[in-house]
Amino acid sequence: MTCRRVRTHRCDNVRVSMKLELKDTPGQLLGALKPISDIGGNIITVIHQRDGTSAENTLIVDITIELPEHKLESLIATLQERGCGVVRVGKERLHQKRSLIMIGHLMHTDLTDTVDHIDQTGYAEVSELHMVMPAINEPSTAKITIRAESPEDMRRAISILHEVTARKEILVLEPLEGME
Amino acid sequence: MRVAIIGFGAVGQGVAAVLADPVHGFTLTGVADSRSAIMNGDGLNPEEILAKKKETGLCGIEGKSAADILASGVFDILVEASPTNANGGEPATSLIRSTLRSGRHVVTSNKGPIASAYHELKAIADEQKVGLGYEATVAGAVPVINGIRHGLAGNTIRSLYGILNGTCNYILTRMRDEGLTYQQALQEARDLGYAEADPTYDVKGIDAAIKLVILANTLLGMNVTLSDVDISGIDLVTVEALNLAEDEGSTVRLIGEIIPERKIIRVSPRVLALDHPLVVDGTLNAIQVCTDMAGHVTFIGRGAGAQPTASAILADLISIRDYYGGRS
Repeated sequence: MTCRRVRTHRCDNVRVSMKLELKDTPGQLLGALKPISDIGGNIITVIHQRDGTSAENTLIVDITIELPEHKLESLIATLQERGCGVVRVGKERLHQKRSLIMIGHLMHTDLTDTVDHIDQTGYAEVSELHMVMPAINEPSTAKITIRAESPEDMRRAISILHEVTARKEILVLEPLEGME
Repeated sequence: MRVAIIGFGAVGQGVAAVLADPVHGFTLTGVADSRSAIMNGDGLNPEEILAKKKETGLCGIEGKSAADILASGVFDILVEASPTNANGGEPATSLIRSTLRSGRHVVTSNKGPIASAYHELKAIADEQKVGLGYEATVAGAVPVINGIRHGLAGNTIRSLYGILNGTCNYILTRMRDEGLTYQQALQEARDLGYAEADPTYDVKGIDAAIKLVILANTLLGMNVTLSDVDISGIDLVTVEALNLAEDEGSTVRLIGEIIPERKIIRVSPRVLALDHPLVVDGTLNAIQVCTDMAGHVTFIGRGAGAQPTASAILADLISIRDYYGGRS
């Protein structure tokens, strides 16, 4: 375990997955990755595969990177100038994920409304809900998974959840992670 | 040095039993419980007093009280071991204040005075150049106060997380291990003497919150009161919550949390990975701090009971003797 402050992502940082088509010759992969670090991007994963569908002497590489959103277009241009085909670009906007547990009368206090408060923020949404209802009139328990754009957005979303649930007498158990 | 003990329940008796061993080099000169007191400047026999307490329920002479010991002045260090009164910590706070003003050292296991009046009491102790020891107020035998103050001196504490209430930790451990409901686990804790007949103070998180106030004010440079702590207890935690946590390799524990920079001070049930260092079983206590230089440091040990608490009090007594002993 390391002791460091949780890095605050700049608001405009996005996580992007790309499928690149490279010539299958030495040095090509390095040549494609270098522009990413040159513009201050952060390489998360690199997966390269040789399947039957790609043209002869061609290497398909799936990469996931984080970079300031406004630099994405110039990166794609640079890659193409270097003869590297950018086959597909997909932004994964909500890459912060956190699961919490809620205990209380979740249905009777309008679960839809509880979830809507997060979904309506525009920067966070509820991506999963797993509820257990042991008996009628007994408190139910649910695991709720929230996705958000940045750690700061996650903090804001959880604080909204606390406000809404306090009014409804719902207990929220937060995970103890990202210890600062 | 001469020691007087005020409060002769499990903790006070534990201290007397420890002082009976001459190897520690302290002389017991006064003992008071809620209904009686005894004092002798030349020394009392701890074993006789313990036997008398067991037989009669009184440690000394009926009608005498702590005030008589204070007035007699036949001690150098006062051990204040009466039960905690969370509302302002009286009468113990007044008793500690006047003892310090009289130029005598104080060692206490009583959370009330330290949580509600630490800054004032410490100022008096500094002015009188006497010691104020309170290691026993938080996490029993675990040397978290002295460990942070002296062992981690010079470090900046970025965060503190702790399991500070053995009763809650026992209940949550049993709910996870045996699938007991909260009510069943609470009943078991009562049967074993881990929970009071009225468990509110423990299960609602108040006891843990008072300990957080002590840690915040005495070690983290804060100035907070119990009402500043955001408190949720464990009384609403369901077996289903533990099962949902278990599905992802986690469990639920009551955690005290202080993040000074973000002014966070709260007690709440939290979801922790099962391999997290704070996931300790049964009545154990655990505290983890994260500092700028040392990184993460975790303290784990017995948080309650006569002997573990006596261990913390003895450590404070010895520190005071080592530091001030040559003076008198």
